[in-house]
Amino acid sequence: MTTSPDTVPPPLAPAPAQPAGAALRSGGGLLRYLIVRFLLIFPTIFILVTVVFFLMRSTGDPITAAQGGRLPPAQLQERIHAAGYDRPLLVQYFEYLGQIARGNFGTTFSDHQKVTTILVSYGGATLELAFYALIVAFVVGIPLGMLAAYLRDRWGDAVLRVLSILFYATPVFFSGLLLQLTFSIGLGWLPVAGRADTGTELEIQSLAHPTGIYLIDAFRTGDPDAVPDVLKHAILPGVALGLLTAGVFLRLVRTNVIGTFNTQYVEAARSRGVREFRLVTRHAYKPALIPIITVIGLQIAMLLGGAVLTETTFEWKGLGFELNQYLEARDFVAVQGIVALLAVIVAVVNFIVDVVAALIDPRVRY
Amino acid sequence: MKRSFLSRVPVVAQLRQSIGVQRFMLSTGVIITGVYVLIAIFAPLLAPYGFGQLSNAKGNFGSQQAPSAAHLWGTTVGGYDVLSRTIFGARTALVAIVIAIVLSLVIGVLLGLLSGYFGGPVDRVLVVVCDAIYAFPTLLLAIVISIAISGGSSDFWSGVFSAAFSITVVYIPQYFRVVRAEVVRIKVEAFVESARVIGASDMRIIFRHVLRNSIRTLPLIITLNATDAFETLAGLGFLGFGIEPSHAAEWGYDLQKALADVTSGIWWTALFPGLAIVLLALGISLMGESLNDLADPRLRRRGAAGEIAEPDAAEVEL
Repeated sequence: MTTSPDTVPPPLAPAPAQPAGAALRSGGGLLRYLIVRFLLIFPTIFILVTVVFFLMRSTGDPITAAQGGRLPPAQLQERIHAAGYDRPLLVQYFEYLGQIARGNFGTTFSDHQKVTTILVSYGGATLELAFYALIVAFVVGIPLGMLAAYLRDRWGDAVLRVLSILFYATPVFFSGLLLQLTFSIGLGWLPVAGRADTGTELEIQSLAHPTGIYLIDAFRTGDPDAVPDVLKHAILPGVALGLLTAGVFLRLVRTNVIGTFNTQYVEAARSRGVREFRLVTRHAYKPALIPIITVIGLQIAMLLGGAVLTETTFEWKGLGFELNQYLEARDFVAVQGIVALLAVIVAVVNFIVDVVAALIDPRVRY
Repeated sequence: MKRSFLSRVPVVAQLRQSIGVQRFMLSTGVIITGVYVLIAIFAPLLAPYGFGQLSNAKGNFGSQQAPSAAHLWGTTVGGYDVLSRTIFGARTALVAIVIAIVLSLVIGVLLGLLSGYFGGPVDRVLVVVCDAIYAFPTLLLAIVISIAISGGSSDFWSGVFSAAFSITVVYIPQYFRVVRAEVVRIKVEAFVESARVIGASDMRIIFRHVLRNSIRTLPLIITLNATDAFETLAGLGFLGFGIEPSHAAEWGYDLQKALADVTSGIWWTALFPGLAIVLLALGISLMGESLNDLADPRLRRRGAAGEIAEPDAAEVEL
């Protein structure tokens, strides 16, 4: 949960630079980089899906996992046969790969839903949560990081750095519980859980085509109370999840702003008599923001993992909440499907982030 | 330059060269982590009750009892003593940390060394595989591995290994990337070349010359690895994949059970195991960040230059 690459550019520069390195250095340029980086999505997805498939099957078939002990052996065997789980594992594996290639991530065992349908119905909620979390991360992490750089090696800096560690090292379910205890139970300012009050919830569900993103849906209901209600529910989960990333941003900005202090242009500004505070807020921070873009790619993974926990803590009905429901039901077909689907999403988002980073910072693609 | 043995022990050396705020942060981290290790070792002596104990001579502890003289931190919904379970939780966490670090460090560094040194198609495949896994959410992998290991329900070892293995899988790429990058850089340097000229074998070069020079960035990763290990264990516990309370005490499991308490204003079941997680994470991270800063010339505190200006021993030592 705390994975946070530190000094930037991260150890090997972003993911693509290494494997694609040879091809990239031999000339080419942006277009070539984009193509190679795009093609890398496929082995990434292939590897992750393969790992997940074999891990999930290493203990046996999903039907025994869900029903074992509850059904007589003969009937169990019959079901396993009907679902094709008694065929050689490799045959099943290639069939599974074929399905994934066609965009079919399977059908859940317990309630016969297509995994892709689950994504459509619940993906919006997770996206919305991630969006709030990123806002919190930017608003909290970047200014505090700049402040820490300004105060470097003084006690204020130490306090901010401890704060940054507390942000990213506190498990999101514990910070969530603390926020609930303080702001919902103690002070009674904000709702404990859920995405909206029942009234708003009903209004949104009666919309013709709900997007699943409640903020948008709340606007569409035309009810003036709906939007504040939705936002009120979003504050605590957004803060709980956002602080994780805020902690990473804080130290990243601090490290990189301090790094730019030794560059000639900052030195030049300093010798012109620009004050230290202005140096940080006007001159030194800009190049320090580029690594943030690179790191967002890795943060997506952290946000998705964190979302499972945040959504469970706040009963935020998104993909993570659903995943947990299927875990409790021991529906491993659904779990495998959702995890594989998330693997695809992570791979695609990382591709997009790398492209953006390459467009902004020419050093990435050399 | 030869230095005394004591000053070559990783953390001690850095403690000596650090000053001011940095020294404070590093020593705080070391102290907190040390206290946890002691608590873990002496848990049976420190805890008033057992982690799975529900009653004593005076009868059952009772469920959700507020903090009192008999139960300083109250009891959980299941009727366990919160203080005792929080203390014993340190054991479970440290076991998970140690297993995770040993596994990922050994495998990751070894792969990075060999892959970086020999290169070739295997190296390229490993890089792609590691990059794929690197970006994947740890917790999701942990869930899948936990299902693979134990079908989801856990006794002590299967619970600890689920977390440790998944962290291993995620961290092998981290060690691999860092070590490999260093090896690729180092293997073309003159001292490696000269070792080869005088007839040193590949294995000797790798383990005697390259290894030493490629592990300088590891302390930070090790501390991240440690925090992630026990927090993943707690995350699994929170999702109901935890270790049964009769097998061991685990903070995440206790927090999952505390989730329902919160709405009725019961704070002690969540607060203490949660704080235990946060403090341990803080201690380890303080250590990691300070070690990292001391290794990074851009962040090293000015004024300590006299101590640091000496040529880096690791670089020139053959």
